[in-house]
Amino acid sequence: MKILIVDDFSTMRRIIKNLLRDLGFSNTHEADDGVTALPMLRSGDFQFLVTDWNMPGMTGIDLLKAVRADDKLRTLPVLMVTAEAKRDQIIEAAQAGVNGYVVKPFTAQALKEKIEKIFDRVG
Amino acid sequence: MASEPQTSFNEEFVVELKECAKLLTEKLQSNQFEEASVLIHSITRARDRHIFQSVGRLTRGLHNAIVNFNVDADLTKEPPKIANSDIHDASNRLNYVIELTQKAAEKTMDVVDEAAPIAMNLGQEASSLRTEWARLKRREMGPNEFRELYERMDIFLGQMVIGTEQISKNLQDIVLEQGFQDLTGQVLKRVIGLINDVEKDLVSLVRIAGQVEEIAGLEVDSETLQHDAEIMHKRKTEAEGPQINKERADIVSGQDDVDDLLSSLGF
Repeated sequence: MKILIVDDFSTMRRIIKNLLRDLGFSNTHEADDGVTALPMLRSGDFQFLVTDWNMPGMTGIDLLKAVRADDKLRTLPVLMVTAEAKRDQIIEAAQAGVNGYVVKPFTAQALKEKIEKIFDRVG
Repeated sequence: MASEPQTSFNEEFVVELKECAKLLTEKLQSNQFEEASVLIHSITRARDRHIFQSVGRLTRGLHNAIVNFNVDADLTKEPPKIANSDIHDASNRLNYVIELTQKAAEKTMDVVDEAAPIAMNLGQEASSLRTEWARLKRREMGPNEFRELYERMDIFLGQMVIGTEQISKNLQDIVLEQGFQDLTGQVLKRVIGLINDVEKDLVSLVRIAGQVEEIAGLEVDSETLQHDAEIMHKRKTEAEGPQINKERADIVSGQDDVDDLLSSLGF
């Protein structure tokens, strides 16, 4: 499975990458915001997107909306991993079509659960 | 910044204005139009003078703020070119915090990545040797196999010494790497002090400006009010980063809360 990790902090990308590797997903790629992520998603055959919310350039929520508006990408499962914890934000993400929402700081267990849940549902 | 004298300054002006108004009514009622005209003229002059003085105070307040924050700027340029200031300095310091915390995180992860396979290999070999050892205890082992085990045990003990030494060193490195907490803490405390000073001066300036507005009869137009309302609305879903105040009602308290909210939305 080819996965794209989008976060402006390289440390967080590395943490998520390591956790995914422990879960058996080693084909991971990285981008530091929506602007760089979107062309990667459009040209590569990614099957899963993990994105932060708060990033310069293009935020994660805008990336999610762009993905859902794109004919080729609209069904791509998206997991949001973010420090943003306002109810209004979570509702906005849900309405935009997010598949899972993990708040930072998170545990390896929480990330694992959400990812498994998404794959169970997507099939 | 001196805002107390400004208040009495406004009051003085209002008292002067009231007296003049009373006098003006008297003059008008007694049909002394020429003197009334002179009075109106002097009221206007007093008002202008008062506004000029208030604006002067505001300018001085701004100037003091610039001096207080060590702003070294070329104000003749548009926009002004800021060579250096406390804010500029604070930005640099905060960037230093980002740099330092990132380096510490990277270093810690490097050290863990280095130690993890060593621990894993030692564990695997120990577990395999344990199985062999159990066979030996049960006397299920032939002399050739025993010789092999004897060799493996010797190699393993050697690896154990080197491996645990390396792991201890890496653990020590992780502890040392936590020194960033002290350094960044000091920098952050300084920046917090500066932000508090900026806020105090800003509030003081807004107060003086408010008094100028009041006496000049300026009103906040509806466009400004609408703009303020738009900003407030936009803030509702704007990215804020980690939440410090967990007591806020519009904030979820953790992953369980997020899960509850999402399931209430039909997730």
